[in-house]
Amino acid sequence: MQFRFELEGGNFSKAGYASSQIKKVLKQLSVDPRIIKRVVVALYEAEVNVVAHAWRGTVLADIEADRISLLLQDEGPGIPDIGQAMQEGFSTASAAVREMGFGAGMGLPNMKKNVDELTIESKVGEGTVVRMLTYFSANDR
Amino acid sequence: MKVSDLVRELNLTVFCGEAGLDAEISGGYTSDLLSDVMGHIDEGMLWITMQTHQNIVAVATLKDAAAVLIVNGASPDEETLDKGKEENVPLLGTPLSAFEVTGKIYRLLQQA
Repeated sequence: MQFRFELEGGNFSKAGYASSQIKKVLKQLSVDPRIIKRVVVALYEAEVNVVAHAWRGTVLADIEADRISLLLQDEGPGIPDIGQAMQEGFSTASAAVREMGFGAGMGLPNMKKNVDELTIESKVGEGTVVRMLTYFSANDR
Repeated sequence: MKVSDLVRELNLTVFCGEAGLDAEISGGYTSDLLSDVMGHIDEGMLWITMQTHQNIVAVATLKDAAAVLIVNGASPDEETLDKGKEENVPLLGTPLSAFEVTGKIYRLLQQA
């Protein structure tokens, strides 16, 4: 089952739409609610990252019987140093974004904590690709 | 304690989400950092914040929070209110500060 969502830089009204739709689908599939929560937290953080930093992006969700993989691709400034970006507390968010209660440098660490596999590829000046994979049963890991 | 009991006890404003007032409150969390809330709030909890923008509804919905209580006499933004109605998330308000209202709610939940 595949789903695709569009994200727009600066448009916070769309952030959270993909995660709430995915939450509904996973609920219908009777996925363990604890796993649903983790997946949607990670996806929400990833959506906010695109809206807060990039110009535009897409979310592709691929749901199989035993797993969900999420692919976020954006056109944006990219991340010069991914290791630094992964550190808790490091943020390059604007003052306006911080005022909304984002930009505490917790997004990427939160994503890592809440999925089974996270990979990030980025090219400065072009954009970032984030892949997140989560298994529905702990036995599948 | 239900959300409606808290509304009555502390004379809270109900901006929207009347249908959710019957929910049982399992605890609370006070924070204005959305990532922090995503990490610490759980199903049935009350979220106390000064944030009024529409992303509070997204966070509350994703985490199945019982309600969001906006402090310092602030009101939700128009889009926040629309989203709150759409998602049936109770958005509440109080003129009290986060510190004061958290203390009062903590005591009420301990007694319940």
